[in-house]
Formats: sequence, C-alpha cells, structure tokens
Amino acid sequence: MSKIEVKNLNFFYGDFQALTGISLEIRDQHITALIGPSGCGKSTFLRCLNRMNDTISGTRLEGKILLDDQDIYDEDTDVVDLRRRVGMVFQRPNPFPKSIYDNVAFGPRILGLHKEESLDEVVERSLRGAALWNEVKDNLAQDALGLSLGEQQRLCIARTIATEPEVILMDEPCSALDPIATLEIEELMQSLKSSYNIVIVTHSMQQAARVSDWTGFFWLGEMVEFGATEKIFTNPDKEKTESYITGRFG
Amino acid sequence: MKKRYLTQKVGFSLLVIAALVVVLPILLVIGIIVARGIGAIDWTYLTTMPLEGMKEGGIFPAILGTLLLTLGTAVAAIPVGVGGAIYLSEYARDTVLTRAIRLAIINLAGIPSVVYGLFGLGLFVLFLNFGTSILAGSLTLAIMTMPIIISSAEEALRAVPTEFRTVSASLGGSRWQGIRHIVLPQALPGIITGVILGLLRAAGETAPILFTVAAFYLPRLPRSIFDQTMALPYHLYVISTQVPGMPVQMQYGTALVLLIFVLSLNIFASVIRSYYRRKREW
Repeated sequence: MSKIEVKNLNFFYGDFQALTGISLEIRDQHITALIGPSGCGKSTFLRCLNRMNDTISGTRLEGKILLDDQDIYDEDTDVVDLRRRVGMVFQRPNPFPKSIYDNVAFGPRILGLHKEESLDEVVERSLRGAALWNEVKDNLAQDALGLSLGEQQRLCIARTIATEPEVILMDEPCSALDPIATLEIEELMQSLKSSYNIVIVTHSMQQAARVSDWTGFFWLGEMVEFGATEKIFTNPDKEKTESYITGRFG
Repeated sequence: MKKRYLTQKVGFSLLVIAALVVVLPILLVIGIIVARGIGAIDWTYLTTMPLEGMKEGGIFPAILGTLLLTLGTAVAAIPVGVGGAIYLSEYARDTVLTRAIRLAIINLAGIPSVVYGLFGLGLFVLFLNFGTSILAGSLTLAIMTMPIIISSAEEALRAVPTEFRTVSASLGGSRWQGIRHIVLPQALPGIITGVILGLLRAAGETAPILFTVAAFYLPRLPRSIFDQTMALPYHLYVISTQVPGMPVQMQYGTALVLLIFVLSLNIFASVIRSYYRRKREW
C-alpha cells in the first residue's frame, strides 16, 4: 500500500528549478532510498515531504504530495500535525544542548502528547526503539552532547520516534559517523521499518543497497529511475542509472 | 644587530607602550579614588542621611536612589529590549521597516546622553506630566539603555545555531516554541550580559537624570515613583561643584561607592559570560 504518493512535483528556489516532474510512490513498512550525486535535489525532495522547505523564503512548489491520500500542501493542512506524522533525522547529529531525557521528551512536551502514557514511559520506549536505552538508562540527566556521535544520532532518532511519527525521513544520517556507528544505525533502521515508513537520502550506494527495499536515482533535479533496490542495483532500465551505480560518474 | 631586528624591537616597544597607555589611566583612576575615598566609607556613611548641608553624615538617599533608578530602568527596558531583539532576530524579514528599525537603534546608541535628558524632560516630565520623578527618570534611562540591550540580545540570539530552530520545527514545534524552549535558554547568558552592561551605563549617567528626576538634596527618602530622588552620579556632581567647603573625603567616598557599584556589576557580567562560554558546547 502506498503511504506517500508524489505526483508531478516541481520545486523552485527563486528562479532556480531544483526538482522537475518527480512522481513516485513510497510504500508503508518499507525503506526507500534516494541516491544521486550532490546537488541533484534528493535532500530538497526529502524536505518537501514534511514541508521543511516552507521555512526557506522564496521557494515555490507545484504538483501534489499525498500522505494517506491527503494533499499535504492543501491550505487546511496543519503543518505542526504533518511534522509530527512525518519526522526527520538530519545529516549531522544535532541533539539539543539539554539532558538526554529532555531531548527525547521535547516533542511530546511541546505537542502535549503524553496523555495516556507517562512521559517517563515515552522516553523509555523511544530510547529502547532507538537501541540506546541500555547505554543511557542510568544517565538520563546527563548532557546529550557528552554522548559519542553515533549515540547522539540514535538519540536524535529516539527524539523523532517519541512523537510516534508514521514516516521517518533521514537525510544522510550516517555521513558524519564512523563505520561501526553507521552499521548500528543501519541495523536500527531494519528494526524500525516494521513500525515506520522510512525514506533515506544517502550518498553511499552501498548503504542504499544494504538497507533499502526501494531505490530512486536522482540526477539534476529529475528522478531518472525508481524501482526495487535489487533491480536497480543489478539490472537497471536506464543507462544513466547503470553508469552511476557502477561508478562511471558521480 | 641587523637593522630590521632593531626596527622590530622599536616597533614592539611602541606597541607595548600604546597598550600600557590604555591601562594606566584606569589604574590611576581606581587607585586615586580608592586612596582618597576609602577613609570616608564606613557603615554610617552608607546607611544614614546627609547632615550639615551634606558635609557630614552619609549618602544613603543617593545610594538608594541609584538602586531604584537602575531597577526602574531594568523593569522598563528589559521587556521591550529583549522583545524587540526576539522580533528582529527571529521574526523580522529583511524589509524597509526592519532596516529602518536597525538604523534607528544604531543612531539611538550614538545620541549624547544630555539629549536623552532633554528628551525625557520634554516627553515624560512635561508632556506626560509625570513631573521630575523616579518614573520619568527611569523611563529616560530606559530609552537610553534600550539600544544596548537590543543589539547585544539580538547578537546573542543570532549566535544560537539555526539548526536548533530547524530541528524544533521538524518535531512539530511552532516557531515560538522553538524560541521559548531552545533558543532563549541558549541565548540567555549573552542577553543577561548585555542587559547588565546597559544598566551599568544607566546607573552611572548624570545628564539624563539631571532634568528628569535628580534632586540636589532631599531631607527624606522617596515615597513613590512620582517622587524625586537623589542619585549617586548627580550627588557627586553636586558635592564636587555646587557646595563650597565640601570635605574632599566626602567627594571621593561618593565616587568610590559609585565605582564599586558599577565595577561589581561589570565583573558579574564578565563572570556570567565566561562561565557560560566555557560550558557551551556548540
């Protein structure tokens, strides 16, 4: 079943067209990877999915993005609610300069979500979900910036899942991490995909091949090809895709 | 020795002298005031009313007056100044209006303090009919202090990485929630420092309070914000120039009290700043 459906999306920064005619379906309980060289528009596309580009002035969007058949760019869309449903993990681990507990509790607190579950329970559930609970359960009051980068990124994932999103967008979540921390994040993604729908932008083709079920290849603001990861990496339809994944350019 | 080494030596010496020239006056000022004023300061001097045409007794009304004026300035200037800074840093887009506001702030900071005094006399004392009062004086000082508070607070807010605002928004926070829970707490030390530096300037000024609040001599303490009050800087001016036969020790004692008040605020601000700068991780 498709969770997100993008129809003929064009996106502009001022006069510059960053995305041209993007159409794809993102399926529930799958990991979708977006690959392509730097500046090809994959991060811009990702940020369209939770309307983070709204905060940049001078941007314009054409086309439709449907989340559960609702156009998220409708005038009566509640952006706050949209961002709760579509969470985001950024390139650099960016915990707030607060305690571990306060970082995870931030979303539930500002959204007022902890009605049935106590805040302590939300924090524990989220940290367990992000495979960080055992490492930090005795130091929840500790400053989050004292954690290692890999732990910080898992904390950011915990912070994101604390608001119980339906979709998690990850914008090159491992590019600042070492190989072991990267592996931990990738394992985490596998365990999260049964409950969440994950879209990951990555520079690393190996990572896309390892973790994703679906892959889209972006080039110069267009989506050249989209399909099952296995097919994209073994037998792509387009020559351009094949050149890229075999390392002939990019 | 080669000529260029000699030239370098001479050059360095000149630079060292230039640096010393900056430090020397402040050391002299402090040294002379402490040496001549310390004898005047005792418990009576700090806590009693002036006697015998201010030639004897204490300076308590002036100390209290300066504290009240500083407090009044803080109450008036902090909310407006910090609020303005939040608007400029977090909400304002780069429009003609915003540029006009910034230009106004820069220019306000450059206006001579006596002009603020006259402005306060015209607006608060006469037009709004507050009379020469603590209220009029505090508001005048607040207007003078505001540019300092706004620009330092804006700088502190801008120093907080944009990323935190983005993350807060991505978690479903409104812009205000991001400011309230993340940006403001992070910028607070910088804001406090700016506020203290602004208040410090207000506490030491004579010209703005000259026409708006300061009394030559009052036999009693102020009873409301519509009363006049004595204040340290003006009192110092009065006993230094307007009262013949004033004991030198009384004058330097007043100067020393003012100096201690201002310096301790300054040191407090520096301590806060360096403490949080060390603690900050971004």
